[in-house]
Amino acid sequence: MTDGPLLDVRDLRIAYTTRAGEAVVIPGVSFQLKAGEALGLVGESGCGKSTVALSIVRYLGRAGRITGGSVRFEGRELTTLGEAGLRAIRGRRIAMVYQDPMASLNPVMTVGRQLMEAPMTHEGVSTSAARARALTMLAEVKLADPEAVMDRYPHQLSGGQQQRIVIAMALITGPALLIMDEPTTGLDVTVEAAVLDLVRELRSRHHSAILFISHNLGSIVRVCDRVAVMYRGELVEEGPVRRIFTNPRHPYTRGLLDCLPTLGSDKRQAPLVPIAGQVESALARPQGCGFAGRCGHVETGRCTSRPIPSATVCGEPDHRVVCVRADELPRWTRRRGADVAQEAGGPGEPMVAVQHLTKIYEPRRRRFRGPRRPVRAVSDVDVVAARGRTLAIVGESGCGKSTVAKVLSGLEVATSGKVILDGIEVGALAIDARAAALKRKLQMVFQNPDSTLNPSHTVGYAIGRALRRLRGGAATDAAAGIARLLDVVKLPPAIAARKPRHLSGGEKQRAAIARALAGDPDVIVADDPVSAHDVSVQAAIVNLLTEIQAARGATLVFISHDLAVVRYLADTVAVMYLGTVAELGPVERVFAPPYHPYTEALLSAVPVPDPDHAVARILLEGRVPRADEIPRGCPFATRCPRRVGPVCDETPPPVQRFGDHRIACHIPGDELLRLQTALVQPRAVER
Amino acid sequence: MSTPVAAGTLSASSPAASRVWARRWRRRVAALAESTPATIGIAIVLAWVVLALLAPLIAPYPPNANDMAALAHTQPSKAHWLGTDHLGRDLLSRILWGARPVLVIAPLAVLGAAALGSLLGLAAGYYGRWIDLTITRACDIVLSFPVIILYMIILAHFGSSAWNIIGVLTLTKAPIIARIVRGMTLDLREREYVAAAKMRGESALYIMLVEILPNARGPLVVDMCLRTGYNVIIIGALGFLGIGLPPPDPDWGGMVKDTYGMMMVWPHMALVPCAAISSLVVGFNLLAVGLRELGLRD
Repeated sequence: MTDGPLLDVRDLRIAYTTRAGEAVVIPGVSFQLKAGEALGLVGESGCGKSTVALSIVRYLGRAGRITGGSVRFEGRELTTLGEAGLRAIRGRRIAMVYQDPMASLNPVMTVGRQLMEAPMTHEGVSTSAARARALTMLAEVKLADPEAVMDRYPHQLSGGQQQRIVIAMALITGPALLIMDEPTTGLDVTVEAAVLDLVRELRSRHHSAILFISHNLGSIVRVCDRVAVMYRGELVEEGPVRRIFTNPRHPYTRGLLDCLPTLGSDKRQAPLVPIAGQVESALARPQGCGFAGRCGHVETGRCTSRPIPSATVCGEPDHRVVCVRADELPRWTRRRGADVAQEAGGPGEPMVAVQHLTKIYEPRRRRFRGPRRPVRAVSDVDVVAARGRTLAIVGESGCGKSTVAKVLSGLEVATSGKVILDGIEVGALAIDARAAALKRKLQMVFQNPDSTLNPSHTVGYAIGRALRRLRGGAATDAAAGIARLLDVVKLPPAIAARKPRHLSGGEKQRAAIARALAGDPDVIVADDPVSAHDVSVQAAIVNLLTEIQAARGATLVFISHDLAVVRYLADTVAVMYLGTVAELGPVERVFAPPYHPYTEALLSAVPVPDPDHAVARILLEGRVPRADEIPRGCPFATRCPRRVGPVCDETPPPVQRFGDHRIACHIPGDELLRLQTALVQPRAVER
Repeated sequence: MSTPVAAGTLSASSPAASRVWARRWRRRVAALAESTPATIGIAIVLAWVVLALLAPLIAPYPPNANDMAALAHTQPSKAHWLGTDHLGRDLLSRILWGARPVLVIAPLAVLGAAALGSLLGLAAGYYGRWIDLTITRACDIVLSFPVIILYMIILAHFGSSAWNIIGVLTLTKAPIIARIVRGMTLDLREREYVAAAKMRGESALYIMLVEILPNARGPLVVDMCLRTGYNVIIIGALGFLGIGLPPPDPDWGGMVKDTYGMMMVWPHMALVPCAAISSLVVGFNLLAVGLRELGLRD
């Protein structure tokens, strides 16, 4: 066991039985994992990452089947092991952590009982011993007050806390291998950073090997020693983290890196390069390279005629690539911002002006238990989006950014304050009260690709209906109008006849953008439109939005929690925390010191896909206060790492203005500047 | 092609559209045929529909004709395959003719209940507040009555006819459909496509009927299928209580009522209509199970 790898997967072949017959989704995957090592598995969704991981413990469902190859774990063959043998290994020697912690926890059992279950069933330890183990584990995953947490139910914990519990549950039996399937997707950046740090720390303490599945290259860098890139069910490149990120040899790996926005560049300096096309099916595999159809370096014949062998490259024995041209490709360079940062130009005339906007949700009255406190979702927000520019509102979940979007779009009405849209006050107007011309002026792009289009209607119907409602006009040229809009979002006209369930996530989002464009709006409000997508789709949609904006001179209000995307796309940025604007200014000023301490924490939490990136890590303590328990003074005071004293708790922070840059903080701007430039800065300054 | 080119895109696109429709339906039927319960269910229901349609052609005797000669020997025989009842009427013919009112009344009542219930449920779920409160409470009140007593009261007052039975069944089943639709509306109205519809200024009626209702159809169709089966039972029960369709035309429930006293001597007289009722109910239930499986797979 000490010699040889902990996990040895060889030529693993997985097929699904479908109505049409057997479909091979993984034609043959091989990799090894040494004890205590962390391997990252990346690729777009649908590349077979999870299938490979689940097949290790043979969780393939009824339709999936391993049809060839071997999986040896601690010297035992798992592909032929019986049910009883598997049960002894699952949860005890191999543990799993899934994406959605709420789905992994039993809602009717206290956290403590769930933690104690594994040692009691697998090792037969006594209740008291299991309890002691559980308490130690809770302390190790850094949950404050483990005794109290033991008696809580999952719904009483935050998402980050739940994921910590799941990790504790996985590690409590001291497994030799931990499989983590997108463990931080869906968590806020600051929570994600803390969980990733925790994983790294626990790994060195428990000597568990980790198979870490993620589509986020940034989080892979933080946790893993080696990376394996998957495409169409094949490992196309594998090697140590540093090699892969500084010298990627497979065009697909390069594509994944090129479509990531980074904190150091924006749309005016280094445009994103999305990977052409979309993930192709793992079935109907071509003769040669699976990636040839999307590859910019493809050579007909050499690449497409026969299967591509896996080979080491550049004399690096631990770096394997499945590409015939791996050695010939030019050296890859990270996209860099140009030396001269161009200013966006003057402030411009305001298109959307939000003034002292406050939105309070009055909760329903509860009988017998007294009135609930009203929830202040947004309080006294002041932002302006200039005509033809992009205003980004960024913050973690629950900060009120979506509420601002809803008030802008009329889906909610302001409690007080004004929203001025092209000179007309609309804050008090619900959508039904807005005139047709006003409805046309502002349209919205939504977050969730699965619910943005009505599953019962074809794409053509959705766009055609929007055209008719917003443009008026005769129905005769509807088909032409639909085709034209589909062309704007780069979709083929044939898509009009399809229903959303036959579309990929990226196609659905494009169709939704086409629908929003039907009325030729002056303002597009996009509520987190890229967060649910793969990096390549994200890059394509971000590019599309920038293009459309430039072509039509539309104003874009972009709501997001992703700072890298905001850095790339925005002209003006508002950072929101607990319903207030912490910092506001032109993008290059907000992303350079002095920062608001909250902006600083957010920036340091962003996972950067660069192993050489030095991070000055600021970990936020505690949790975001609930919207009905906002502190009296500075809303950020309860978690602020730069708290100066009682003044933070007592008085609301003054808004300091440096030209068009505003920071709401008690610490003077030059003091912030001094404190923050002393730290290592993000890559923006490295040239 | 004889069609002039100028005839427009509509006529050109309709054959293509109908082909798409045909293909979609063929795929649906093929998928349904893969489920064993659905196949059996379809077979039973279809068989009854065909028998009912052909009743005038295949029934060996008129349904109300008395064969005095057979009274001496009511058991199944060459002349009367299923035997005769106590008045010498051919049971097979009466069963075949009796299938007709059931297969009209049960589905019509379900359609009525679905239409009324969907509207109520949509309004309650979409508007919320006092509209929701009023509709849900009204539904609760209807549902709190013992149904059979309710039927007796209403039918005693208005007289029993096919239309009155349909009306009563519609009124009493609509609240159940309303509850289902309301629950789904509460979820569906929060979808982003509903927000998108509001943003382009659609009316509430459009949003409810075009954006929300089609997405609730899956569970709704399954429930309608189940409820058709239940209606068959209720129509039987009404016939048995003597408030079903007026005699002498054959009515499965009524046939049981007339003959159950003779169970000890001639069990077949009551058992044959009972078997007819059960087989039809089982058919609808199996169809519902199949449809549900289909919905889960999507």
